Amino acid sequence: MPLMNMVQAINDALRIAMRADRRVVLLGEDVGKIGGVFRVTAGLSDEFGADRVIDTPLTENGIIGAAIGMALYGIVPVPEIQFADFFWPAYEQVVNELSKYRYRSGGEYSAGMVIRTPVGGGIKGGHYHSQHPEAQFVCIPGLKVVCPSSAYDAKGLLLAAIRDPDPVIFFEPKRIYRAAKGEVPEGDYTVPLGRAQVVRPGRDVTVLAYGAMLYEALDAAAKAQRQGVECEIVDLRTIWPVDIETILESVKKTGRVIVVHEAPRTGGFGAELLTLITERAFYHLEAPPVRVTGFDTPFPYTLESEYMPLSHRILPAVLDVARSA
Amino acid sequence: MRPGGVENRLRPLRSILPASSIPSAGGRISPRTDSDVSGVPNAEPSTRLGRIQDPHAAVRSSSLETSDSVSRLLPSQVADEPYPVVRSLRPDGTIEPGFDPGLDPSEVLHLYRHLLLTRTLDERLVVLQRQGRIGFHVGSLGEEAAILGSTYGVAETDWIFPCYREFGSALLRGLSLQKFIDNMFGNANDTVQGRQMPDHYTCREKCWGSISSPVGTQITQAVGFAWGAKIEGKNLATLAYFGDGATSTPDFHSGMNLAAVFKIPTIFFCRNNGWAISVPSDRQTATRTFAEKAAAYGMPGVRVDGNDLFAVILVTREARALAARGGGPTLIEALTYRMGGHSTSDDPDRYRGRDDLVPWAEKDPLGRVRRYLERHGVLTKRDEEQWITEIDNSFRRAVATAESTPQPSLSSMFDDVYANLPWHLVEQRVQLLEGPRAAKGH
Repeated sequence: MPLMNMVQAINDALRIAMRADRRVVLLGEDVGKIGGVFRVTAGLSDEFGADRVIDTPLTENGIIGAAIGMALYGIVPVPEIQFADFFWPAYEQVVNELSKYRYRSGGEYSAGMVIRTPVGGGIKGGHYHSQHPEAQFVCIPGLKVVCPSSAYDAKGLLLAAIRDPDPVIFFEPKRIYRAAKGEVPEGDYTVPLGRAQVVRPGRDVTVLAYGAMLYEALDAAAKAQRQGVECEIVDLRTIWPVDIETILESVKKTGRVIVVHEAPRTGGFGAELLTLITERAFYHLEAPPVRVTGFDTPFPYTLESEYMPLSHRILPAVLDVARSA
Repeated sequence: MRPGGVENRLRPLRSILPASSIPSAGGRISPRTDSDVSGVPNAEPSTRLGRIQDPHAAVRSSSLETSDSVSRLLPSQVADEPYPVVRSLRPDGTIEPGFDPGLDPSEVLHLYRHLLLTRTLDERLVVLQRQGRIGFHVGSLGEEAAILGSTYGVAETDWIFPCYREFGSALLRGLSLQKFIDNMFGNANDTVQGRQMPDHYTCREKCWGSISSPVGTQITQAVGFAWGAKIEGKNLATLAYFGDGATSTPDFHSGMNLAAVFKIPTIFFCRNNGWAISVPSDRQTATRTFAEKAAAYGMPGVRVDGNDLFAVILVTREARALAARGGGPTLIEALTYRMGGHSTSDDPDRYRGRDDLVPWAEKDPLGRVRRYLERHGVLTKRDEEQWITEIDNSFRRAVATAESTPQPSLSSMFDDVYANLPWHLVEQRVQLLEGPRAAKGH
């Protein structure tokens, strides 16, 4: 199997989807000739032409509004929002239009699409190239939200998302675009939406993570192991609808749980996860659940490594939770 | 496609779509003050408060009188009358020479029946709302010709992206009266299952869109739909409806710009009805017309008397023909007037005088068509009375049926959120179905 990083794997998935289905169309800022600011769409314009890999004006609401219209017609759009930080002009189209189309038309219309967007910190991007706004999408009925952590999953999840009838927000953790390297099968395969994966089994503490923070959790788990604590790491892969069964199975086994995410703590997805867990597994818990997250501040530039929930912040939380009576 | 179809009915009238790059002179825009529509040629614009200053006049005169560098860097290139108002059907029922849409009398009768249907339903639905039998209505009183003429001016295979004031368009396309009334009651037979307010129906089988309340969001979607068809090489256009207020939204800008850049066959149909709830159209823009905004995007813009059914059909067909030739989008500004409130939740007496309605009542879009038909001897007063009786009878039947139709089922609340019900909605549906409301027989 070829070795690919996440950029190559996503590029491969897009190429496969576009070859398999002429209706698949990419649109966004700089996705065409230059192949995207992270080169995720490199070469696709050459192969599929400017009609199917569309460089648009700077208009996030226009990109998503037009993509909705394309989807209503029968095109399968894969719009890109260049950075998740720039999503907000399109938020109205997502909240009031995209997510409600099937519901509000009694099933007459639907607008299946995948909105790809790079997320997260760790690239020295400051406020506006670092945010991780999954919570702002999880709370909208009608959307699915995905965030892969490996090249294999990125390709398989993206192919599954493109073929899914519902609109999918596909968060690409840009910090590991090139660092997450692994064996990726050639050709077409899918990783089903809505399934988490236990990437490291362990008996003491469950750590729930996704995207770039998965690797921080794994690093903390390796260090915790040296101190006698065995973490079970669950990679959510699909953030919403989340794989509650896999999570509960792990938490019921360990009785202890930590959620890690980059976004600010208050109102973050961790709050929802821990609520779901306490509603369903309260009597299995042996210690208070803990969130290791970004702080409730804007994302800082110079101090980004202190802001993000990196391994050095996850490890003490793991040890605390593991040793808590 | 209706007899004759769009393609061979299109009459190239070059004068209708002016060149797209002519900036306009200053002045104000409100249709209630527009001299073109009032029929007084070259009259100074005025408001009910008296004459108003041309906001550009001071800038122009100072640039002539002074020679400082700023004024030389800000030239004022103005044309006297860049966007004349297209008119066809005169108030007496005769037609302007050279502006005859060439409609068959039977077509005009068909359209007039729909104008009457739209007008009558509007009046009856307001009564239903006042009686507390429906929750809401957003009507089109006074704007019927703009709405029906534009829908008639495109092909039946072209897709309509409505605002929320175009039920006349949906009925003209073939939405059944019963389905429309079911939506007004939000009952189990409502296509959208009572999930939206009244007047938020849908009719996909007639190439007619889905309505949302946010203003302007349909504009970019209309562009995307036509774009999708263009990518697949289909001859299809979209007709996007919006009011003058929507021209201030981001989606108007984004949609116009995308359509112009990519030559997308979308017809942007602005019903300039003078008001966005209580805010007059001169608070939406400092330009004198809405049509001239087209120039900034690089597409043709045209103004049409929106109370003139024939003129609206003419310009819409012209725009459709341009789209079919690969010429891309057109912005049509239809000058009309919202004779009712914004909706049944609004009281227009709080922000405008009833006298404001008088000149527009004289320009009633139905009267002109009636006089045309009477001149051609194809309509009598008795015919019209009989039609209204028929409309009333079918309306009463539809309301009786809708009122006796049960509410949508409890479980229908969870359908269509996703293609397949995810676990959390399965769980929540059980909570509702086993909850206290279900026990009470809801």
